[in-house]
Amino acid sequence: MNGNEVGPEVATAAAGQAGPPVVSLRHVRKVYGSAAGPKTALQDITFDVARGEFACVVGPSGAGKTTLLRTLAGLAQPTSGEALFEGAPLRSVPPGIGVVFQDYGRSLYPWLTVARNVDLPLRVRGVPRAERAQRVAEVLASVGLADAGRSYPWQLSGGMQQRVAIARSLAYRPDLLLMDEPFASVDAQTRFELEDLILRVRQEFGVTVVFVTHDIDEAVYLADRVIAVSKSPGVVTEIVDITLARPRDQISTKADPAFARHREHLLGLVMNR
Amino acid sequence: MPPSYLPGGRPPVPAAGYLPGLRLAGRVATRAWLFVALFLVWWFWSSGSKSLYFPPLSSILKSLWTQWVTGPARAELGTSLEHLLVGYVIAGLVGIGIGALLWSLRYLREATSPYLYFLYVLPAPVLVPAAMTLFGIGFTMKVVLIAFAAVWPTLLNTLDGMRGVDQVKLDTARVLGVSPAGRVFRVVLPAAAPQIVAGLRNSLQVAIILMVVSEWEASTDGIGYYIVNAQQSFDYVGMWSGIIVLAIIGTVANLLFVVAENRALHWHYGARAVEGTRQV
Repeated sequence: MNGNEVGPEVATAAAGQAGPPVVSLRHVRKVYGSAAGPKTALQDITFDVARGEFACVVGPSGAGKTTLLRTLAGLAQPTSGEALFEGAPLRSVPPGIGVVFQDYGRSLYPWLTVARNVDLPLRVRGVPRAERAQRVAEVLASVGLADAGRSYPWQLSGGMQQRVAIARSLAYRPDLLLMDEPFASVDAQTRFELEDLILRVRQEFGVTVVFVTHDIDEAVYLADRVIAVSKSPGVVTEIVDITLARPRDQISTKADPAFARHREHLLGLVMNR
Repeated sequence: MPPSYLPGGRPPVPAAGYLPGLRLAGRVATRAWLFVALFLVWWFWSSGSKSLYFPPLSSILKSLWTQWVTGPARAELGTSLEHLLVGYVIAGLVGIGIGALLWSLRYLREATSPYLYFLYVLPAPVLVPAAMTLFGIGFTMKVVLIAFAAVWPTLLNTLDGMRGVDQVKLDTARVLGVSPAGRVFRVVLPAAAPQIVAGLRNSLQVAIILMVVSEWEASTDGIGYYIVNAQQSFDYVGMWSGIIVLAIIGTVANLLFVVAENRALHWHYGARAVEGTRQV
């Protein structure tokens, strides 16, 4: 009955798997009009993201990463080229996409409790009350906030608030989770915890992830594939398959010589050397 | 016991002292001492007064009781409060409604904004003669006048508050699947609520002023009528008692407003308090 339902069998899918891509960008170009004349945010972006894949987009500030993510979410339309979600052109925000924005302080609703924030997408989808309560409890437990439902977001620490935002975007079981530098405003320790959290929940929920970041270590640690984007106007410079084993571990994965090689290669790409 | 994930516990709830009764008494005393002092000064200073214009406080208070609580002026009070309530509710609803409409229709907003500010700065009491010409001197005139004068602060604050809603909150709502109408009621209205409430509070002050002013001329009932009538028939005790009643109405109305505001916007004050204490 629910088109967004994803079975557990896709949870372990990786890059290159058969089947149509969840996301497909074809020569996407985005030009903004501004007072100083038109500004090209994205020059020519082409890539696919397969079902179950974890793709990271890295690039320096001003590479149009946020524009790219807004295009993937259907919040912005490309000036030319094509953005497809599950084979259909993205004209508006489809119901099967979740987005975690960078600034939890701006995306969470301070007038709603944590549970009601998470409940909102279920409520507007007309999910029956009893099922809603159960799903909210489940998804909050998944992000380690089983007891926080009755708090308000602003009563929680930054890392906790971003967990609420993650729980809210997973509550309606989207096929695709888009994340825009989601861990940029938390401290390093919390950041590692949240990175491991997102690797765990994407398994649990079988969701495809596109994760935008400027942090190369983070991208290599999380991704199946890293899409490197150059400075404005954005073009894809290279798509790198990350061959590190899973499950990944903050200490041993980062000590792996392959990690250092990926890191070095990508750093060179991003710094244009 | 606060849950461990809360940084420093739940900040916005005021901490209870180990002797809550004593603390409360202290808080009341801090606020009430000046009132008590002024009351006593007025009472003793005026007690032997033979002046027609400044009658003893004791006789004013007696008149307050015999006129406004048990006596005939009760009817005036009821009439005035009815005008105030109806006028203010209309002002609030129309203010929020038109404010929201102007927020959503950019062309209408930009075309009308100079006139809105023009009407906003117009001192509403000067409209009394015009309102009398148009609506007579009865209920309709008073309610229309109160509503017309009180609508502006709410309307302009609603418009301003809605225009200031963070784009990320709106984008989030779209992503979560909230319909356009749902976005207005679930996101825009609550996000703009602190500013709308500030507007409603200004509107309340204006409404009370207009309640009295609308009863000054060619009126046959209401508190304003009572005060002017008492003054013109040399009943200065009655005039003063009417002024005190007005002050009480203003105070009680404001108090009710603050209670309602604290309930409706507790999240806003809580979030602000946390923002003030968080160092990162």
